[in-house]
Amino acid sequence: MLSETLLEMTDISKSFPGVKALDGVDFKLRKGEIHALMGENGAGKSTLIKVITGVYEKDAGLITLQGESIHFKTPEEAQNKGIGTVYQEIMLCPNLTVAENMFIGRSHTALVNWKQMNEKAAQLLASLGIPASPTQELSSCSIAVQQMIAIARAVDMDCKILILDEPTSSLDEDEVHKLFALMRQLKGRGVGIIFITHFLQQVYEISDRITVLRNGKLVGEYETSALSQFELIAKMLGNELEDISKLKKHEPVASDSTTPVFECIGLSSSKGVRPFNFTIQKGEVNGFAGLLGSGRSESVRAIFAADKVTGGEVKIHGKRVKIKTPLQAIQHGIGYLPEDRKDDGLIADLSVRDNIILTLQVMKGFFKPLSLKQAQAFAQEYIQKLNIKTPTPNTPIRSLSGGNQQKVILARWLLTHPEYLILDEPTRGIDVGTKVEIQKLVLKLASEGMSLTFISSEIDEMLRTCSHLIVMKDRQIVAQLKGTELTENDVMNVIAQGGKNTCAK
Amino acid sequence: MRKVIKNVSHLVLPLSVLTLLVIINLIKGADYFYITMVNGALYGNIPNILFGASELVILSIGMTLVTAASRGQDISIGETATITSAVFVLYVLQAQEVTLLTIVIGFLLSCVAGLLLGAFNGTLVSVFKVQPMVASLILFTGGRSIAFMIDGKLSPILANDLSNKIGTVIPGVPIQTPIILTVLFIVFVAVVFKTTTLRLYVESVGINPNAARLNGINPKKIIFITFLIMGFCSAVAGFIAVNKAGRHDSVNLLKLIMMDAILAVAIGGNSLGGGKFSISGSIIGAYTIEMLNRTLLRLEIDPAMIKVFKAVFIIILMVVASPVVRLYISRTMDKIRAWRSAAGRAPIPTTRAAGKKEQ
Repeated sequence: MLSETLLEMTDISKSFPGVKALDGVDFKLRKGEIHALMGENGAGKSTLIKVITGVYEKDAGLITLQGESIHFKTPEEAQNKGIGTVYQEIMLCPNLTVAENMFIGRSHTALVNWKQMNEKAAQLLASLGIPASPTQELSSCSIAVQQMIAIARAVDMDCKILILDEPTSSLDEDEVHKLFALMRQLKGRGVGIIFITHFLQQVYEISDRITVLRNGKLVGEYETSALSQFELIAKMLGNELEDISKLKKHEPVASDSTTPVFECIGLSSSKGVRPFNFTIQKGEVNGFAGLLGSGRSESVRAIFAADKVTGGEVKIHGKRVKIKTPLQAIQHGIGYLPEDRKDDGLIADLSVRDNIILTLQVMKGFFKPLSLKQAQAFAQEYIQKLNIKTPTPNTPIRSLSGGNQQKVILARWLLTHPEYLILDEPTRGIDVGTKVEIQKLVLKLASEGMSLTFISSEIDEMLRTCSHLIVMKDRQIVAQLKGTELTENDVMNVIAQGGKNTCAK
Repeated sequence: MRKVIKNVSHLVLPLSVLTLLVIINLIKGADYFYITMVNGALYGNIPNILFGASELVILSIGMTLVTAASRGQDISIGETATITSAVFVLYVLQAQEVTLLTIVIGFLLSCVAGLLLGAFNGTLVSVFKVQPMVASLILFTGGRSIAFMIDGKLSPILANDLSNKIGTVIPGVPIQTPIILTVLFIVFVAVVFKTTTLRLYVESVGINPNAARLNGINPKKIIFITFLIMGFCSAVAGFIAVNKAGRHDSVNLLKLIMMDAILAVAIGGNSLGGGKFSISGSIIGAYTIEMLNRTLLRLEIDPAMIKVFKAVFIIILMVVASPVVRLYISRTMDKIRAWRSAAGRAPIPTTRAAGKKEQ
């Protein structure tokens, strides 16, 4: 029974402007198995899920459900075929009752038989062992129970496949175990479950098989019991881009005894970063390593005061300064390229030109606008320097590809001539060519004396550019790695080790 | 030439509406556009439209900025203008003798009142994150009563020579004073945009407040500033309106003008959801609305029915300008262009195909 194939995807491809999100991916889900889908951000997990559920249409490939070829155009079709999805954010209505939430939008008649609905809900809740009453308001349930109700809603109709997209990220350990019990029960009924999470421990606790994606490509499918945690991390982070392995790292000339360009002591932020110390020398490139959610982005956001700074002191060239807002950080020569390009970086409707000059203009001040001619000249200069592919500087930035958008944001910061530039995942979700260009640029800038922090989900990228790696786990620094002879294995060992330490706790 | 077309592409909507109205009026009789001199002043429908739209033009400039930055609208502008003009009237009437200085001080005081009221709305929206429409609902509801109290529960008359000149015409000057004041105001706004980064900041905040903040712009401050500007615009509009009317009628002064101001912003091709904006579009939009009102009157539509016609006109306008129709038009244009270029490259087969279609 276990070997019976439920869902088979062969050679699936899906492109977005400028990015190949999925490139010839195969995926197989068997009846009654829990299958973990793993990969770092931008690996193509969510694209794959969206292709299965009909949110996106695939460009190429074949999907069969129990031997029958399928091609969903809308999420509703997928639902009707027995594919249920539960997302990280609970998409239910908190002010309705449990039963209403389970059946809302399901009936095709205008009238509702409340009694029947509540009875049906009670049955389903009891059979799944969910501790909730049908008439109770959803908001009065705990997050875990709400998550379970979302699952109950998804499995209610003859459900064959259940997709769980990071369902555990807002649950505590106890709640996770309750959820796992429910998952095991569904597995026993022959439901195939696709499970996405960033918590490796949970993968080993519950899953039967693991499929790893990286950069939109399939790395492989493995039996969970046959793949060690270390191997899994190695497969997720990968070792692509051999072509730039020759890139020469720049070693900062300054020794530790000189005054650092930037230094912080006991810095913490409202986003829950534990107080940390950090220094960077002139011409140094360092990086924050760690898995997603380890606090690497939160730390650099604290440095730039992108989140509210709650404590600690900051020194620039040894002098104590106050940095409480991004503007103050900018004025002290710090630049920050945010992780989330779309939400935090782009001013989508404005032209490439305006996006490039934005921060320089802010530094100059309200009453000193750049003339159109100056702005045009700056834009042209950086479009050329960074080889940005845009029809004209007047083109709205949103019509550019991801990689070119990223270069525009990079240009924005370079134009302010920062002393210290933070790049948070500058290479995420962009094409390989641009990734290489950005890494080269980082090394060039460092050799010219700029200090940089470079964060990437791909450890090999950081090893090529950074001379100092700060490893984070659970929002605190767990290790500092230095030296030219660092290998990917060393770093992964530390990350995995950090993981084990947490398990022991 | 191409460059010019590109630069005015955002004005296509307001300009085409204006053109349409001109055509309707031309059909009805070209005498509509005659301008004559009466007592040394220009007289005719065009000066009348420019005269009548003065307050609306000034208010729609402020409304454009508020809309762009806060992604919402200020519905209290008529009430704000009523309060500020009450302050102006209060000051002028207590003076022994009305001199130019009295008027100027009165005007400046009313500007202070406008800035205060703008700050009130702005604080609610930027600091307390109240929806702009809800925040301004407070003044919309209570504003006229406040003005009535300032007036001492009367509707005072501004019977002095200077007010009369400001509200109508200065002897010897061929153009009515409100038109001149409006032009001066537009020039002032143009200078502000030329000498500050207001446009870039407001657009950035309206499009993506998060990204704006991370690039050193304080979105709260910018939204607050747009409400201050709105308050100032209201004060200027109130000043013109009360001098035009010659008395301060706190119940009817600039009543429901926010509807027209919002409409002017929309006709100007601006998104009511904020972001990129065009002041020139809103200005043309404001004049268009005034012309529409007068055209409907001229078409001898029953005054009771005028609002219905105006509504129908606006519905048609909004549907034509909606993204759905625009996308459809641009796709059709692309098809035509593709067909044409295909025809250009290989003339013979395409002509044949076209011929077949015709048969």
